[in-house]
Amino acid sequence: MILAILVFNNHGKPRLVRFYQHFPEEIQQQIVRETFHLVLKRDDNICNFLESGSLIGGSDYKLIYRHYATLYFVFCVDSSESELGILDLIQVFVETLDKCFENVCELDLIFHMDKVHFILQEVVMGGMVLETNMNEIVAQMEAQNRLEKSEGGLSAAPARAVSAVKNINLPEIPRNINIGDLNIKVPNLSQFV
Amino acid sequence: MSDIVEKTLTALPGLFLQNQPVGGAVAARAPFCSRLGSLVRGITALTSKHEEEKLIQQELSNLKVTVSAPTTTLKVMKECMVRLLYCEMLGYDASFGHIHAIKLAQQGNLLEKRVGYLAVSLFLHENHELLLLLVNTVVKDLQSTNLIEVCMALTVVSQIFPREMIPAVLPLIEDKLQHSKEIIRRKAVLALYKFLLIAPNQVQHIHIKFRKALCDRDVGVMAASLHIYYRMIKENAPAYKDLTGSFVTILKQVVGGKLPVDFNYHSVPAPWLQIQLLRILGLLGKDDQRTSELMYDVLDESLRRAELNHNVTYAILFECVHTVYSIYPKSELLEKAAKCIGKFVLSPKINLKYLGLKALTYVIQQDPTLALQHQMTIIECLDHPDPIIKREVKPQAYKSVNIFEDYMLVKEKHSITLPHAVLGTVLKASCMGVRVPPAVPHPGPVLGEYSYLLGKDTAEEVITKLYKLLLSDSVSSETKAWLFAAVTKLTSQAHSSNIVERLIQEFTVSLDTCMRQHAFELKHLLEDVELMRNLLPVDKSCEDMVVDASLSFLDGFVAEELSKGAAPYKPHHQRQEEKLSQEKVLNFEPYGLSFSSSGFAGRQSPAGVSLGSDISGNSAEMGLKETNSLKLEGVKKLWGKEGYLPKKENKTGDETEAPPNPQEAITMENVDQIVTKKDQSQVLTQSKEEKEKQLLASSLFVGLGSESSINLLGKADTASHKFRRKSKAKETKSRETTSAQDMPCSSLGSSSSVTYEEDYYLDNLQGRVDTDLEKFSLNSELLDSDTLKEHPLVEELSNCSLSTPSLFADSNMEVFHPPESIAASIDNEPSLASSLLEEATEHMYSDLTEVCNNETISVSAYKIWKDDCLLIVWSVSSKSGVDLENANLEIVPAENFKITEQPGCCLPEGEAESTKNFQYSVHMEKPCTEGNLSGFVNYQMMNTHSAQLEFSVNLSLLDFIRPLKISTEDFGKLWLSFANDVKQNVKMSESQAALSSALKTLQQKIRFHVVDVIGNEGLLACQLLPSIPCLLHFRVHADIVALWFRSSCSTLPDYLLYQCQKMIEES
Repeated sequence: MILAILVFNNHGKPRLVRFYQHFPEEIQQQIVRETFHLVLKRDDNICNFLESGSLIGGSDYKLIYRHYATLYFVFCVDSSESELGILDLIQVFVETLDKCFENVCELDLIFHMDKVHFILQEVVMGGMVLETNMNEIVAQMEAQNRLEKSEGGLSAAPARAVSAVKNINLPEIPRNINIGDLNIKVPNLSQFV
Repeated sequence: MSDIVEKTLTALPGLFLQNQPVGGAVAARAPFCSRLGSLVRGITALTSKHEEEKLIQQELSNLKVTVSAPTTTLKVMKECMVRLLYCEMLGYDASFGHIHAIKLAQQGNLLEKRVGYLAVSLFLHENHELLLLLVNTVVKDLQSTNLIEVCMALTVVSQIFPREMIPAVLPLIEDKLQHSKEIIRRKAVLALYKFLLIAPNQVQHIHIKFRKALCDRDVGVMAASLHIYYRMIKENAPAYKDLTGSFVTILKQVVGGKLPVDFNYHSVPAPWLQIQLLRILGLLGKDDQRTSELMYDVLDESLRRAELNHNVTYAILFECVHTVYSIYPKSELLEKAAKCIGKFVLSPKINLKYLGLKALTYVIQQDPTLALQHQMTIIECLDHPDPIIKREVKPQAYKSVNIFEDYMLVKEKHSITLPHAVLGTVLKASCMGVRVPPAVPHPGPVLGEYSYLLGKDTAEEVITKLYKLLLSDSVSSETKAWLFAAVTKLTSQAHSSNIVERLIQEFTVSLDTCMRQHAFELKHLLEDVELMRNLLPVDKSCEDMVVDASLSFLDGFVAEELSKGAAPYKPHHQRQEEKLSQEKVLNFEPYGLSFSSSGFAGRQSPAGVSLGSDISGNSAEMGLKETNSLKLEGVKKLWGKEGYLPKKENKTGDETEAPPNPQEAITMENVDQIVTKKDQSQVLTQSKEEKEKQLLASSLFVGLGSESSINLLGKADTASHKFRRKSKAKETKSRETTSAQDMPCSSLGSSSSVTYEEDYYLDNLQGRVDTDLEKFSLNSELLDSDTLKEHPLVEELSNCSLSTPSLFADSNMEVFHPPESIAASIDNEPSLASSLLEEATEHMYSDLTEVCNNETISVSAYKIWKDDCLLIVWSVSSKSGVDLENANLEIVPAENFKITEQPGCCLPEGEAESTKNFQYSVHMEKPCTEGNLSGFVNYQMMNTHSAQLEFSVNLSLLDFIRPLKISTEDFGKLWLSFANDVKQNVKMSESQAALSSALKTLQQKIRFHVVDVIGNEGLLACQLLPSIPCLLHFRVHADIVALWFRSSCSTLPDYLLYQCQKMIEES
C-alpha cells in the first residue's frame, strides 16, 4: 500500500502532499521535511530507494523517489509494493502530468494543484494503484476536462455551433484547437458563466 | 472506459473540445490564478519563514471572510478552496474552511463538487466529526445517474469514510459491482478494499462478491480485486489455497500475452498485475509443497520470458525470484532464479544492483551455496580501480546493518582488489555467520571487526589463519595491509599473543614499508594492552569518531619550532617547483623536464618541450625553460609530436632566428600565424612527396601521440586531420573513378558543404599552412565529384579519425562537424527558394566527446546520423597500456530505444591495442524528446582483474529525424490523410528576414526537407526513423511564423513543435 505521495521542489517546498493514512497536520509537515532531507542528501548516481524516516514507521516503509529537474516525486510505500514497480508508477504519473499539461513544469503543479490531485486520483485511489495505463488516465482526465469546458461554455455554444457548421467541409482545419487561439477565446467564455 | 462520460455529455457541446489539454484552461480561471499566482510569487519573494507566515496568515484571514460571507457564490468558493488547500499544504491551519468543503461537495455542480470532495479528502481524516455530514452527500451521489458523480463518490469513499457509517453505503457500493461500466466496478472494488482495511468484519458477508470481481470479464476489475486478495491471503493464507489455480491461470494468461495490448507497458504485458500475482503466489505457496507444485510451471515460464528490455521487466523478474525463494523450494527453479540475480548485480544501474543484493539475502536464507557464485560477481562489480580511494577506508563503512547502505558507501568511497581465493574463504565465513558483510568487499576489516560473531573460531584461530595468508606469496601487499589490520584488531580480543609476536618479528624486517609500519604499530600496542583495548574496542566501529583534520592541536608545536628558526611547511607541489627552479644551474636530463601547467610529465621530444612552452603564456617562465632545454634555434625540426613536421616548423625556426633581439621572442603560436599569412602562396607548391611523407608520419605517430601527448590548444592533432582529410579526398576520388554516380550533379550541395568546411577550418585551424594546401586540393576534388554523402565514406572517416581518439578525447576541441552548422552559407546563394530545395546530403556526425574516463581507460562517443538510423560509436582507449583485447562494452536496454550492435566497425590493423570501437545503431521506438543510453565497459586490468566503467550518452529526438523527400502532390495527399495535428504561432526576432531564416533553421537544425516554397508559405517534411512521417506547413506573417504540423503519430507533432519553437526562438 502507498502511504503517502509527496512532491517537493529542490528547496523542499511542498508541491503535492497526499497522505493515504492519517497523520496529524503537524506530523505531516514534519514528514515532508524529514523526507526532503533524506532525499536531498542523496546523489543522483545512487539508488532511488531508501528507508523512510522514523516518523512514518522506519524500516517497514520505504521511500521510492525520482528526481525530475526541479521536483522530487516521493512515494512512501510499505513492503507489499514492488520498488521497481513503484518507480515505474512514478514515471507513469509524471508522464501523464506531462501529457495533460504539455511539458509539465513546477508551475503547473502550483497553479493547478487541484488538477494534479485529480490526475493522481485516477492513478492511485486510497493508497492502491488504480490505473497504470497512461492513455486511460489521460482519457479520464479529458473526459472530466470536457465536462469543465462544457459547463463553462454553455452560453457560448451557439457561436461554436456556427463555426462548427462553417468548418464541417474543410478537412484542413485542425480538429483540436491550438493553445494560441484558445488563450484568446477562453476569457470570453468565462464571462458567460 | 473513456466513453463513460461521453454518454453523459452527449447533450453538451463538447465536440470541438476533444483532446483539450488540461493546461488549456489556464485563462479560464484567470482571476483565481492570478490571485493564487500573486500569493505564490509573494511567498517565493520572501526571504524568511516569518514573513511567509505573515503573508499566509493574511491570505487566510481574507479567505476566512470570503468563505463565510453568505453572498459568496459556489464558484468563488471553489477557488477559495484551492487556495485553502495550498495553504494547508504549506502547513498552515485552514480548519475554518473544512465545513465549507463539505458544503461545496454537497451543493456544487460537478466541477465544484469535485473540488469539494478533493478538499474534504485532503482536509479531514476518518475520525473527524464533520465527516458524518458528508455521508448523505455520498449516498446521494452513489445513487446518481451521472457516472462522474458516482465516480467521485466512490473515490472519496476509498480515500476517507467514517467507519460507523459503512452500513449506510455498503449496499449501494455492492450494487456497483454489477455496474455496466468497468471503471465504476473497479472503483467499487477499491472502495470495498478500504472497508476491508478499516472494518473487516463489516464486509465478511460479501467475500463471494470479491470472487466475482476476481472473475470479472474486465482485467482492470480483476486487477483491483487482487489488492483485496493480497490483503486477505496475507492474513490467512490457508483459507484461499483453493484459489491458487485461478491465480496461476491468470498469470499464465498474462505472461502468455493473452491480454489486450492496452495493458502493455513498454511492450510488457500488465507488469503491475504480474507483480501482484507473483506476490500472491509467494504467500500461498509458502511452506506448502502441494500448492507450490501448481505454480512451478508458471514461475519457470516467467523467468524464461522475462526479456530484459525495460526496468519493469526487472521488477517482474525480481518478484519472480522472490516468489521462487518464498514457496516450497524446487532446486531447479532455485538455481535458475539464483542465476537471474546475476543480471541484477551485474547491471550498471544502481537500483538493480540494490535489488540484486536484496534478492541475494533471500538466496542466502534458502541456500548459501547458491549465493556463493554471486559473492564473486558482487565483488567484481564492486571493484573500483582507484588506489587513492582505497586508502580512505573507514570502519564507518560498516556502520549500517543495511546491506544497501554499506554498498553505497563502499561504492562511493573505496574498493579493493583481493585475490579471489582469499575472498572466497573469508566471505564464505562472513556471510554464513553475519548478515552484514555479504556485500562488503572488505573481508579483512570485517573479519577483524566481526569474526567474534562467527562463534566457531576463537580469535587465536582466526589470527593463525590470517598469519598463513600473510606469509603466502600470492597475496598482494595491499591485501596484506588489510589482513594485518584485521590481525591488529583481533589481537586486542585474543588471549595469547604467540603468533602475533611471531608475526611482528617477521614483518618488522619486511621490505614493504607499509607492512613494517603496521608491524611496529602493533608491537607498540602490544606493549600496552590497556591502551590497545581502548583503541580497538569490540564492535565499536559503528561509532563515529571525531577527528581534528586541521591538526590544530599541533599549532603550539609549530609555533615553537618556527620561533626556533625552523623552515615553514611547504606543500608538496611548492617544494617540487622550487626544486625544479634550482635545477636550472645544471641539467643532466637530456631534454629537460617538462613542467607545463597542463601537467604532462616525463620526457618529451624537443617538439614536445617547445609546444609545452606554448601553452604557458608567461614569457618569463618560458624564457627560463628555453634556457633549460635544448636550444632549438636554427635546428631544423622535422619531427614533432604530431608527426613529421614539414615546412612550417622549418619556417618557424627561421622566424625565431630572425628577430635581432632574442628577448622579443614570440610564442610559437604567433609565429605560426605570421608564417601562414606570409607564405600561403609558397606552400601551395609543396610537393606531392612531402604530402606522402606527412601521411606516413602521421599514421606512424598517431598511436604514440595518443599515449603521451596533450592537446595544446587543439593543435597537436593536426596530423590526424591531415590524415583524415587525405583519405577522404582519396575516397572521393576512387569513388569517382570506379562508379558512375547516378545522382544528379548537385554542385550546389557539395559546394555548400565545402564552403562550410572552409569556414570551419578557418575558424579552428587558422594558420595551418599545410592544411590550407590540403583544403585547396580537396576543394577542387570535391567540386568535381558529385556527392559526399555515401555512407562508406563516413565509415571511412570514422575509422580514420578513430585511430587517434584519445587526442580528441583529451581536449574538447570540435573535430567533427557540429550538426547544427551543416549546410551553411545558404545566405550567399542568389535564389533562396531553389537553394533550400537542394539539401546538403552528406551524413552528419557529431564531434567525439569523452563520456567517461578513469586513469586507465577513456571512453568517447560520437553519433553518426545515418539515413536509416542513428549510429553511435563508442571508442574505448587505454591510457596506460592496458590490454583492451578483452574489453567488452555493453549497452543497457533503454526505454523508448531499440539498440542493435553493428559488428562491422573495425580499426586499421595495428591500432587495436590502444583503442577499441563499438558501434551500435539506435532506433527510437516511441517518440520522446530526450533519452539516455547508459552502458558499461568491462576490461581486464594488468593483474587479471576485470574492472568496469560506466557511462551514458544523451539522445535527443532530433537524432532520429531525417528529411522526408516527397513531392508537393504527395505532400498534399499525406496532409489530408493525417489525423494528428498541432498548430502554433511563434514569434521571431525582427533582426532576421523571417522566411529565409525560419526555413534555414528548420532545414538545418531539425532536418526538414523543403518540399515547396510558395510566396510566404513553405511546405516541409521530415520523418522520425524508421518511418513516421511528419509534415509541416508554415506561413510567415510579419515576424510571426505559423507552424502547423501533421503526422500519423499523435505525439510527434508536439515534440517537433517544441523543438522548432526552441530553434526559431533561439536563432
